[in-house]
Amino acid sequence: MTRTSVKTLTLPAVSRFDRWLETTFRFTRQRPLGAVGAAIMGIMIAAAVLAGFVAPYDPLATDYATMLQAPSSFHWFGTDSFGRDVLTRIIYGSRTALWIGFASAFLGATLGALIGVTSAYFGGKIDLVLQRFMDLLLSFPLIILALVVVSLLGSGMTNVIFAITVPMVPRCALVLRSSALALREMPFVEAARALGFGPTRIILRHMLPNVMAPYLIMLTAFLGQAILLEASLSFLGLGVAEPQAAWGLMLRGAAVDFAERAPWMAIYPGLAISLSVFAFNLLGDSLRDALDPKLRL
Amino acid sequence: MIPTLLGVAALVFFLLRVVPGDIVELKYAGAGVYAPKEALARERAQLGLDQPLWRQFAVWIGGFTRLDFGTSMWTGRPITYEIGIRLELSIELALMATFIAILISVPLGTLAAVKQDTWIDYFVRIFSIAGLAIPSFWLGIVIILAFVIYFRWLPPLTFTSFWVDPKANLSQLIWPALAVGYRYSAVATRMTRSTVLEVLREDYIRTARAKGLWERAVLIRHALKNALLPVITVIGLEFAFLVGGLVVTEQVFNLNGIGKLFVEAISQRDYTMVQSLVVLTSFVFIFVNFLVDLINACLDPRIRYQ
Repeated sequence: MTRTSVKTLTLPAVSRFDRWLETTFRFTRQRPLGAVGAAIMGIMIAAAVLAGFVAPYDPLATDYATMLQAPSSFHWFGTDSFGRDVLTRIIYGSRTALWIGFASAFLGATLGALIGVTSAYFGGKIDLVLQRFMDLLLSFPLIILALVVVSLLGSGMTNVIFAITVPMVPRCALVLRSSALALREMPFVEAARALGFGPTRIILRHMLPNVMAPYLIMLTAFLGQAILLEASLSFLGLGVAEPQAAWGLMLRGAAVDFAERAPWMAIYPGLAISLSVFAFNLLGDSLRDALDPKLRL
Repeated sequence: MIPTLLGVAALVFFLLRVVPGDIVELKYAGAGVYAPKEALARERAQLGLDQPLWRQFAVWIGGFTRLDFGTSMWTGRPITYEIGIRLELSIELALMATFIAILISVPLGTLAAVKQDTWIDYFVRIFSIAGLAIPSFWLGIVIILAFVIYFRWLPPLTFTSFWVDPKANLSQLIWPALAVGYRYSAVATRMTRSTVLEVLREDYIRTARAKGLWERAVLIRHALKNALLPVITVIGLEFAFLVGGLVVTEQVFNLNGIGKLFVEAISQRDYTMVQSLVVLTSFVFIFVNFLVDLINACLDPRIRYQ
């Protein structure tokens, strides 16, 4: 047997940052809509993080002298029925929306991934039981399940996150299970098993990293939905409570009562919700096309 | 279907009772009066809350077979009555919204597919992505806003039944139905577009064109017939969004339907009402998907023979 010498190919040193920059650039050129979504998302995140510096007023300061003022150079988006600046409350509202959106989408997708992959790895009875339970959760319409969880736990930030997470888990588990089923038969999983690794290690170290693409797709797809769901729950009075700034909450009650006198109260928060969900959907769609064109959600 | 529903019922029933704080305390807290322990206990006994859980469950499930969901813990009236007086409105709204969604999505999606990569296509795509992003309750508020400002018209406070005055009824429900239907149409539009695009590349379409058929006949008789199957599936799957849309839109337009009842029941911790409504919506949800399978089997011989 002849030995072939392997020539090692030396790659030019590329820093991580350069590579990241290049990937970003390529994504922007190939999927301009996705880049627009990402840009809007970036602005929102910046606004949420820097709310204290960016927002012109205090989100909680009520001032009855400036009640229901029309948009002007002092109050760009006008003021609400408590004299609070609408723009400020929208900026602070992005904090609520993003925090709840990211937390619940992350929790939902991660729990769903764990359940889906575990279910696929073990198969048999465990798979059957887990899938039956997921089917059960899937037979509730999204908002109904969220409302039931809210009615169990009561409203408030943490409970809303949980309420949005619960209906997302089965949806993600379903998709990731089917991705993981194909993985299970792969040689590397078999090899890991032959090496005597336990199921925990195989699931976490070998299988989960290989379903990253559908995981990311589900995660971004959930983000927009989570924000929309949070807005709906807050709008119904079952989500975040006053005086915390939340977009759905801003559309509740006073916005409708004063619709004629102060339409800006109802217009701008809704625009904020629509724009952010729009951005997340654009990004999610492009990411899906880039990572896994076959997956149709 | 029945095991799933039984599972749903059990899940909701036991979950609702795990949480501390019940309706009796809430009722008295709302009244703002001091309530002696005995009064609370008496009220609980009256509502059957002092019974063991399994017996409460058995009684409730047993009632299902007689279409008796028990009585509302809040109003004290039978749940079937409370649902009955609101059902007409919600069903009519749901049907109108579905109808509007189909009316929007099928022509728009087809148009976008036929005019692929033109400004019409881009417009339709943006229109449908926007539909996914705009919350239906906000769209409802904007519609009301426009009416109030330009026409000085407010949504009427009372519901007029279709059988009493069809014109008043339709003019009242068309706007909430539009708010819900637009969102409902978004996914269906995208689905129509992509399936029509796919079908238009098939050989039999080329054959139809080659034998000199009118383009409209090719499109409607040959392409759409096949393209609409997945769209019907999507409309069934999106039924969940319809329910969500109804819950919030009824709130906006002040319509006293099932959605509003549900939200009220949740804030009042009306256990019996919440659990019955959840089982009911899940039943409808499962049933609609079953119906969609059935329709697909009717329309597509390939599914039937499998």
